[in-house]
Amino acid sequence: MENNIQHADVYALAFHHRFQWEEAQQSYVILFPEGMVKLHGGAGEVIKRVNGKATVGEIVADLKAAFPDAEGIEKDILGMFDMAVGKAWLRKV
Amino acid sequence: MTQASLGESVVQKIVQAQNNGVAANITRTQPLWLLAEVTYRCPLHCAFCYNPTDYDKHTQNELSTEQWIQALRDARKLGAIQLGISGGEPLLRDDIEEIVVEAHKLGYYSNLITSGVGLTEKRIQAFKDGGLDHIQLSMHDITEEINNFITNTKTFELKKKVAAMIKSHGYPMVLNVVIHRYNIGHMREILEMADALGADYIELANTQYYGWSLVNRSQLMPTKEQVDEAEKITNEFREKFGSKMKIFFVVPDYFSNRPKKCMNGWGEVFMIVTANGDVLPCHSARVLPNMTFPNVRENGLEWAWKESPAFNKYRGDDWMKEPCRSCSEKENDLGGCRCQAFLLSGDAESADPVCTLSPNHHLIEQAIEDSKNPVLQSQPIIFRTDKNSKKYVAGDKERVESFHALP
Repeated sequence: MENNIQHADVYALAFHHRFQWEEAQQSYVILFPEGMVKLHGGAGEVIKRVNGKATVGEIVADLKAAFPDAEGIEKDILGMFDMAVGKAWLRKV
Repeated sequence: MTQASLGESVVQKIVQAQNNGVAANITRTQPLWLLAEVTYRCPLHCAFCYNPTDYDKHTQNELSTEQWIQALRDARKLGAIQLGISGGEPLLRDDIEEIVVEAHKLGYYSNLITSGVGLTEKRIQAFKDGGLDHIQLSMHDITEEINNFITNTKTFELKKKVAAMIKSHGYPMVLNVVIHRYNIGHMREILEMADALGADYIELANTQYYGWSLVNRSQLMPTKEQVDEAEKITNEFREKFGSKMKIFFVVPDYFSNRPKKCMNGWGEVFMIVTANGDVLPCHSARVLPNMTFPNVRENGLEWAWKESPAFNKYRGDDWMKEPCRSCSEKENDLGGCRCQAFLLSGDAESADPVCTLSPNHHLIEQAIEDSKNPVLQSQPIIFRTDKNSKKYVAGDKERVESFHALP
């Protein structure tokens, strides 16, 4: 991972970005000036929990509890954080 | 209003994340992006404006506030999420505040695309309170002379003030600079200006030749060498700024070997409602012959998007002729731009002449040659003014038609 995501880190959505459920797309999206990204199921579940307060570790634990059948999701979650930080959808607080 | 609203890069950006990649299927597409061209009136007279040269006939029959609000609601139901409020200069309407409030209520990510003329403290505060998400300001050059020349107005100082006002209200600074012969040599200075203004995003939109910019093509087109140099400088600044300032460089298609995937495909993700209510799949679609476009006064947006013959005409690739039809790259660009094919070759279904595989590619080579021709270069620029537009409306179309048959 390029952005060295740590369990103690806290992230919030980047300024001027908005996260919302899109009925017509049946998915979560991130909106920002001149663009949009559609988040697939798992990615949406991660970003939904990013609120500027919860640590990465807490989000991992919460997702593990919410999806007990999903194996080895921690790696995916950290990968999602890494990508979202790299794309500047998230900012560290 | 500006070339930014041509939306290529916007659409590309949206589609990176979601490729609707639909074949000739009429119902699986969604108009993710709605562009509301609320008026064609404009205090600026930019020589590169893509608005129709006959815009003057659409300045007396603009949609009402209620009609705009209905259009916003209907488009949102169809899946529209990014809203551009453009023109002309949208601020010439006094109901933008109401439109912004409704857009926010509906869950749009809304963008006011403006020259800045008419933006006051009072109005920007109302936009902020109403939930407008961002403002895209057009800038023209770092020099007062070029700004005032190319827009045929004295607006340089005003633009600097407006940029400060946008920043001070906590908006992201989104700049759009249309690039042409008169400012392409100032790329470094333009990017430094953007940095000094605290730009978060800057779109360097190389002029594409539709509407007024097509009329003035020989006078506006830079050389290939200038474009290459501009791109090189852009890349240097990208490295320097990283994600602090996002720089979008909209490549000028005349210097490419392959055409752009115009609007990411006809009727795929983009829908425009014009000042008079016409519903279009792209900005300049009304130049195409033998087509009737839906109008919100007569048909709902759902019918326009899903059922109307106009929106279905060039969806997918069933309409293609050779050499596109059997081309292994046809999915990449869908044969390019129908309007450009028509405007340059007279055949809307032919390959975009930008493509080196097009039998009409010589038209592009000729245009590039023409732009180096001192006789053509020295022709007076025809600015986007009501007076000039009236001439086009009144049937003084000789010049326009001669462009259809270029060279």
